[in-house]
Amino acid sequence: MHLNEIKPKTRCRIVKILGSGGIYRRLLDMGCIKGEEIEVVKIAPLGDPIDITVKGYHLTLRKNEAKKIEVEAI
Amino acid sequence: MKLKEITIALAGNPNSGKTSIFNNITGARQHVGNYPGVTVEKKYGNVKYKGYKINVVDLPGTYSLTAYSEDEVVARNYIINENPDIVVDIIDSSNLERNLYLAIQFIELGVPLVLAFNMSDMTKTSGKKINIKLLSKLLASPIVETVGHKNKGTKDLLDAAISHIENKDREKIEIKYGDEVENELEEMSKIIEDKKILSEKPSSRWISLKLLEQDKEIIDKVKKEAGEAYSEIVHRVNKSIKHLSNILRDNPATVIADSRYGFIRGALTETHKETETGKVSVTDRIDSILTNRIVGIPIFTVLMWLMFQFVFKVGAYPMDWIDMGFGKLGDLVSNAMPEGLLQSLIVDGIIGGLGGVIIFTPNIILLFLCIAILEDSGYMARAAFIMDRAMHKIGLHGKSFIPMLIGFGCTIPSYMGSRILENKKDRLITMHVNTFMSCGARLPVYILLAGAFFPQIAGNVIFSIYVIGIVMAILLAKLLRVTRFKGESSPFVMELPPYRVPTLKGVLLHTWERTWLYLKKAGTVILAISILMWILFTFPMIGENYSKDYDAEVASLEQSLESNEIIEEEYEEGIIKTEAMMGAEQLAYSAAGRIGRFIEPVFEPLGFDWKLAIASISGIAAKEVVVSTMGTLYSIQEADEETESLRENIASEYNPLIGYNFMLFTLLYFPCMAGMAVFRREAGWKEMLFQIGYTLLLAWVVSFVVFQIGRLFI
Repeated sequence: MHLNEIKPKTRCRIVKILGSGGIYRRLLDMGCIKGEEIEVVKIAPLGDPIDITVKGYHLTLRKNEAKKIEVEAI
Repeated sequence: MKLKEITIALAGNPNSGKTSIFNNITGARQHVGNYPGVTVEKKYGNVKYKGYKINVVDLPGTYSLTAYSEDEVVARNYIINENPDIVVDIIDSSNLERNLYLAIQFIELGVPLVLAFNMSDMTKTSGKKINIKLLSKLLASPIVETVGHKNKGTKDLLDAAISHIENKDREKIEIKYGDEVENELEEMSKIIEDKKILSEKPSSRWISLKLLEQDKEIIDKVKKEAGEAYSEIVHRVNKSIKHLSNILRDNPATVIADSRYGFIRGALTETHKETETGKVSVTDRIDSILTNRIVGIPIFTVLMWLMFQFVFKVGAYPMDWIDMGFGKLGDLVSNAMPEGLLQSLIVDGIIGGLGGVIIFTPNIILLFLCIAILEDSGYMARAAFIMDRAMHKIGLHGKSFIPMLIGFGCTIPSYMGSRILENKKDRLITMHVNTFMSCGARLPVYILLAGAFFPQIAGNVIFSIYVIGIVMAILLAKLLRVTRFKGESSPFVMELPPYRVPTLKGVLLHTWERTWLYLKKAGTVILAISILMWILFTFPMIGENYSKDYDAEVASLEQSLESNEIIEEEYEEGIIKTEAMMGAEQLAYSAAGRIGRFIEPVFEPLGFDWKLAIASISGIAAKEVVVSTMGTLYSIQEADEETESLRENIASEYNPLIGYNFMLFTLLYFPCMAGMAVFRREAGWKEMLFQIGYTLLLAWVVSFVVFQIGRLFI
């Protein structure tokens, strides 16, 4: 499963960050690391991007970036 | 007694309250500049404190020190190259884990570090307890609690920084990344030390770490300086990466980030007691309305509308005063000085030119006031969240929306407002297409021409020009994204910071800085260009070379008046007409007029004659000047867009196709010299010249196509 498929108000755990390069490094820096529990809070009014909480703060990312985060249900 | 000089680098995450701490320390003694070679703003200041002269440098707000953004590279290079005595890292106490991630990277760099746990009052109310003493020991760095917006803890922070600098046996800790990674780091460090690759700054271990993380900037640096040893070190790095990926089943960069967060988590579990309150935070409650699926967009629209009204409607009053003030000043000088060249230079060239710069100040002040409030309150990030999908579709960023909207008022603040975009490509594309948002100065031109050629449907015609501008912006944004600023649009991974009440001091300081920057930099350039424009329109002087003997005409008018052949009114009308005709001849005779004639062939395929060519040139000074130049050209004194006789003259000389085409041309070519001066300041010479070149080309091509196709039908 990938983060872009998760429904709002659902919690999940990060399994792996896919890819490499800038965006991948950025996600790591922002605290999206393996084993982290996150929650999809909401989707923007126009359907993209999404709002998640990670490490106790709100982070927004596009579905295209969320695709790079592999997650599992908890 | 000579003061001992020390330098503090202020670092921290965006939204950590770094700016208010900076303001608390330096007060009014601060300056804004740019880091060399980049557009990143550099703020610095100093303060005398307990026998020290403390220089404070405000590093750009970053989450990390990887080479992800220009800001991060700037912050990192400052530490490495400038060797500040100490780094003070401002930590948002309500989000220790992510904020400490940056602190860990300063520890990796080996630079002396003091942590300011800012907004500590918030954590006390939210029921979080931290054992600061223990945490400080684990991180080997003093920790001071501060409340930036209430100016609490500032002195403690300075005391801690000074005593940490003076402390000769500072403890040093090393972040460990696990045995496997440590082994590889050691191997790589050996090669770096043996081959003397790069100087030992900051340390061979750190360089090895960055090479393992595949940090592009460090790789490039090593490539440039390592010479023959480059292949050896690259070979070693690749081997290490492969080896680690095999055993750890993960990219080394992941493992390193994991270890950093692991270290933080370890330290926090030891020192941090969180009493879950289970309450929904204020921010979440506000967000349930402001970013709501249904009302989110309407609220955003209303806020933008209010901001636009505020910036331009409220701004209109001081703009009138400034306009009047400069007009009065001009009159005063005109009366005090004998008529002649010098008077014309001072009144038309210098006072007029300066007025043209200063008149935009109210807009800029009000705009940056709004932006400061939007940013400091946390709503800016939400605006980007709401608009990103639509803006992303056209190759822009959610935040691009705000400067583009501002462009409908004035292009200058819209260029400056593009600063809210952190990514350089996004910023440049936004600036390059903001030009096509019809600014207030273009409206008089539209009103004049639409009124002259399409009196019945003027409103619709003007509206169509606005729409064409928006369509052009969308098309050009897409085009620029796939050509000049190629590459995936920058990823959108952004913090939605907690909502906060902006502080008056912070907002005002921010606004003042931007305004001053505009006045200072744009002012000097624009003054020079104003004088140049004045010269172009004044010289060479026509002298005795008028086509008719106007003096004789004036004399005969006077005679007629004396012999009561005409009444006073007719006489004055005649004089005005004569003077206007003289003005038109002088203009045609001047360098600008000659240039107009010279470039007429270029404009011919667009249906424009030399008069329209000159009008376009004068529009470089400011677009509304096109109207007054046309007034001179068609021998109408004191013309504005509502002048009937000017409309009649123009309508009789050209057909509606040419009229519409000239509106299009005015819409599309770069806004004005003040705009270009700001563009250069914000983006550099190269981008400014590109802006001028491509908008001229676009204006020409579009007008060419419209005229050539249009004339088949009429």
